[in-house]
Parts: sequence; C-alpha cells; structure tokens
Amino acid sequence: MAEVIEVKNLKKYFPVQKSVIEVLLSKKIEYIRAVDDVSFKMEKGEVLSLVGESGCGKTTTGRILVGLEEPTDGKIVFKGKDVTKLSKEEFRKIRKHLQMIFQDPYASLNPKMKIGEHLEDPLLIHNIAENREAKELALQMLERVGLVPAEQFYNRLPYQLSGGQRQRVAIARAMILKPEFVVADEPVSMIDVSLRASILDLLMSFKAEYSLSMLFITHDLSVARLVGDRIAVMYLGKIVEIGETRKVIHHPKHPYTAALLSAVPSFLKREINIEIIGDVANPREPPSGCRYHPRCPFAKEICSKEEPKLEGKGHLVACHFPLDLDL
Amino acid sequence: MMLLDVKNLKTYFYSKRGVLRAVDNVSIGVDRREFISIVGESGCGKSTLAYSIIRLVDTPGKIVDGKIVFDGRDLVKLSEEEMRRLRGKEIGMVFQDPMTSLDPLEKIGDQIVETIIEHERVDKKEAWEKASILLEKVGLPGDRVNYYPHQLSGGQRQRVMIALAVSLNPKLLIADEPTTALDVIVQEKIMDLLEDMKKEDRAIILITHDFALAADRSDKIAVMYAGWLIEFGKANKLANEPLHPYSEGLIGSVPDVWEDRDIKPMLGFLPDLIDPPKGCRFKPRCPKAMDVCDKEPPTFSVDGRVVKCWLYGENNG
Repeated sequence: MAEVIEVKNLKKYFPVQKSVIEVLLSKKIEYIRAVDDVSFKMEKGEVLSLVGESGCGKTTTGRILVGLEEPTDGKIVFKGKDVTKLSKEEFRKIRKHLQMIFQDPYASLNPKMKIGEHLEDPLLIHNIAENREAKELALQMLERVGLVPAEQFYNRLPYQLSGGQRQRVAIARAMILKPEFVVADEPVSMIDVSLRASILDLLMSFKAEYSLSMLFITHDLSVARLVGDRIAVMYLGKIVEIGETRKVIHHPKHPYTAALLSAVPSFLKREINIEIIGDVANPREPPSGCRYHPRCPFAKEICSKEEPKLEGKGHLVACHFPLDLDL
Repeated sequence: MMLLDVKNLKTYFYSKRGVLRAVDNVSIGVDRREFISIVGESGCGKSTLAYSIIRLVDTPGKIVDGKIVFDGRDLVKLSEEEMRRLRGKEIGMVFQDPMTSLDPLEKIGDQIVETIIEHERVDKKEAWEKASILLEKVGLPGDRVNYYPHQLSGGQRQRVMIALAVSLNPKLLIADEPTTALDVIVQEKIMDLLEDMKKEDRAIILITHDFALAADRSDKIAVMYAGWLIEFGKANKLANEPLHPYSEGLIGSVPDVWEDRDIKPMLGFLPDLIDPPKGCRFKPRCPKAMDVCDKEPPTFSVDGRVVKCWLYGENNG
C-alpha cells in the first residue's frame, strides 16, 4: 500500500514564559518539549489511533501535521514532499488535502456564520466551486452527514444546533474538500454517550468512501480499538509503543501501555493490574533516561541512565525490559 | 432498614415554557455499605436526583412530591437549618469540577478545618491535625494542607474534595461525575479511593454517564431516562443482560477495549421533558415498541430487578 505521510524526528519545543524579573536577570530560556523526536508512517486508508494522557503531546503532533503549528525540527513527508520546507504558497496548494476535526464543536464553528457558509467557504477559498455550485455541494454534504432537511440546516446558526449536530458540521466541513489525510482530535469526547457511536460511524463511512488516512487522537483506549488499524501510545512527548491494534492491546510491551489498559473501565473484567507509580513528571524537567522510569514498577538501573530506542518489527516499543503478556 | 429510601420523588423545574419533570416519580433504595451508580445521558435527571437527596435543587427547581427517608428521617420535611447541619455530616458530596467548589484564595487546610470546626467541637490545632490525617487517607502528603488549590493537579484536587466530603464521617457519599474531567489512570485511582471509602461502612452513590465504569465498580446500577428510573438492579447482571431496551441500547452503543464490538448507534434524541411523549417516554426511540406503550408502563419486578417497561408486564411476560 502507498505511503501517504511520513513523520521523521518531529520536535516541537515551547518556550516557557518568563516573568519580567527573570528576563532582567537574563535567566536561560526553558523549553517544554511537547513533542520530542516522534517518527511514524501512515499508509493510504489507514487509521492510526494516537493515545495518551493529557499533556503527552498528542494534540500538538496532530496540529503540526495539518500545518497549524510549526515544528521546531523534523520532517513531514506528504506524498513524497517535505511539507515543512514548502513556501506558504506551495503549502496552500496541498492544505486542502490535510484537514482537522477538533474536539470542541462549540469552539470550532463561527457563531455568526450560517451552517451552509461553513461548508461553502473552503470550496470558495480553494477555488473548487463557484457560488451556486458551492451551495449545491454544501447541501449535498449536509444531507450526507444526516443534517436533514438540508435546506433548513443550511440557514441555521451554530447556536441552534446540539453538540452532536455541530460535530457533524465540523466533519462535513473537513470532508467537503475530499482530503487525503485527516486529523481527528478527540472528536467524540465532548459528545453525549448515546450519540458517540453515530459520530464514529459517520467518520468511518467517510474513511471508507475516500480511502482516507486518519490520525485519530483519543485518550480512550476502547475508542482507539474500535477505529484504529494501529495504535501509537505517547508519554511525555515520545511514542513509547506502536503496532497493530490487537497486538498493542492484547500483547502490550511497554509497562505504560499495560498500566493504561489496566485502568480502562470495561464490561469484561480482565484481571490485569500493572501498577503505575505517582503522578506525571513536570514536562519542563523530564526524567533522565527513560522518561517513564520513575513511574515504572519494573525499572532497573539502566532505565534512569539510558534512553531506550523505539525498536521492533511492526510492533515497536521503547523499553529496556519489554513485557511479554497475553491478555 | 435501608440507609436511604427515596419514594415516588418528583422534582420539577418551573420555566416560562412550562413544567419540566426532571425527576418524575423515582423510587430507589440504598443499603448501608452499598455502591450504587446512577447512569444516563445528560439531561436524564441523574444529577437532579442527587441534588434532590441533599436538598440542593435551586429555583426554579422544586421537590414537589415524594419522600427521601434517610436513616429514619424524611429529608423533604426537614427545615433548611436542620438540612444544613446534616449536609457534610451525614451525607457528603463530591462535585464534578473541584475548582468551582474549592476556594482559590484559601489554603486546602483552612478549607477542611473550617468544615470540621463548623460541625465538631474541636479546637483549631486538633482540626489542623485532623486535616493532614485526612489528606494522607486520600493519598496526598499531609503537608498539602499548606497548599492552595491551584498548586495541585486536577486529580489531587479531586482527592481534596473527597477528603472534605468524608471529613465529618458521613454515612453516605454522593459523587457527581467525579472523574469526567480526569485521565483514565487518575480516574482509576480516584475510583479506588471511593471504594476505600465504602469499606469504612459508608454507602456510595456515583453519578456517571460511563456505563462501563459503573459496571466495573458498583454493586448496583440504576439507569435513568427522561426523568424516569427505568431499570435498577445488580450491576453485573444489568450490564450483561440488560432488560430495558434503553439500557440495552446504551450498552450496545459503547465500544469495549477487550473485544471487537459491533456498536450500534441509538436512534433519535432525548424527548423534551416539558412536553414528553405520551405513554412510555422511550417509545419514539424504542426498537421494541408495541401498541401498549402508548400507556405509561408501571415498574415491574423481574428476578430481583425493577424495570419500567411493558415487555415485562403479565400479558407479555
């Protein structure tokens, strides 16, 4: 299968804001390494679930991939071209192939813009359609995402819609450009439970129709399992494990993945109990060696000294003492 | 005798558009040392039920009918002053967002001490000692009494809330979506802590929208829909073999981490509670609806479980 996107050694460091006094004393600038040397590839039609706790860098990774954030270092190769090296003009041309669906449907729509305009705008901006044709396409899309009668929804304003309906608009807006790569950032975490399944269904139907590649960001491993062909687990800016969904869930190799799995509520009681010690470290001062070692019940001396590499065939793990579990 | 026996409770909200029946004729019993989860979508009335139990329903909401018998007394009949003394001391409450219930300008210790001194005859020094012991009990270092809320993480703040809620040793602890804003690992630790609180001879009521979490942790589950209690019974039986089509639909719409599930979206939306559908309120969304559903179903007893659905009536059983 064809490779759509390749991320190589991606880094994003955010400077920590200093107080005036610190500036006067010319203290050294500290950085939060939100994304620290992340690499992965995605194929056409593939869904990669990116999981981890808040602050692990998963959203920042997604934002960089669609050009909403500039990386500090690293490459993003989209269909053979390094997009980090493109000029603004060149980037605009491929921008329509890279779309993002945000977590909060209350913040991602313009409160003063009609629903229909949300869908027409991208078509007009990218010169895909003229006015009348754009309206026609917008109406078709509204129908496609289940906002019917489309004519009525076209004229509504965001405040007249429920959270689930707004998320349908956000999905429609991303999909109307027939993108090749979509980042979905926790698209159902703010949606009521009984409506989540229908939103996920809708996303998956687009994925099948357009053979989309999708980076699906979530903190919920049960959703990650449902949608992902593969799962990548992030901890403090690094991918610690990546592999096929079933392998990662039933044979986790990294102690952090196993700890996450033991914490997920489930209808099927699995007796796994891999401990996790204490709280997440301060991202300003990530621990030496393996960043997970202070929380790891299996840590040995080497873990605090040497950073493990992400290694393996297909199912990769960054751990000096990977687990061998069958869950 | 049950610790808490809610009988035919009705809590209505009076709005300009009409009367919203947020909790409509709900009866539910909680035993000592029992962990009960109340599950449902937003707007189903689960939080209103919890707030009714501690009589914290704000206008335009009002308890219009029913009894809330707690430890032998009907709370609906108590005066505001009697209720104020009972809150915290006999029924503790943990809210969803600790940042809105903790005072940002006061040290954690001061806030706990204030509660203790208000209700118990101890001096300040004893109360401070008690505060740090309480923090240790919820898994925080005792010196956190000197911290301000903003110096703690979300999970730590929720631990402080639990410490506050159990500071007067209440017999019942109500937790309203205590982990919704937290990561799974923190959630697990907070839930462990709630279970520890149950071991201290205390009943727990957890309000949640997460069915898997309820199934994982509680002894019994109550499912609410559109102001009605539609099913109530032992947690694992209810989660594995739900009787009510709504419980079945809700469970069938969530994925599980350990198995491939063909999840089915639920049809339709919650009804307008000011003008609810005639008969069964779930009928418009129900895949098993029958003619009889045009009449409101009574609550049937099936195999130790209660279920408000005509499928379990004598004629159809």
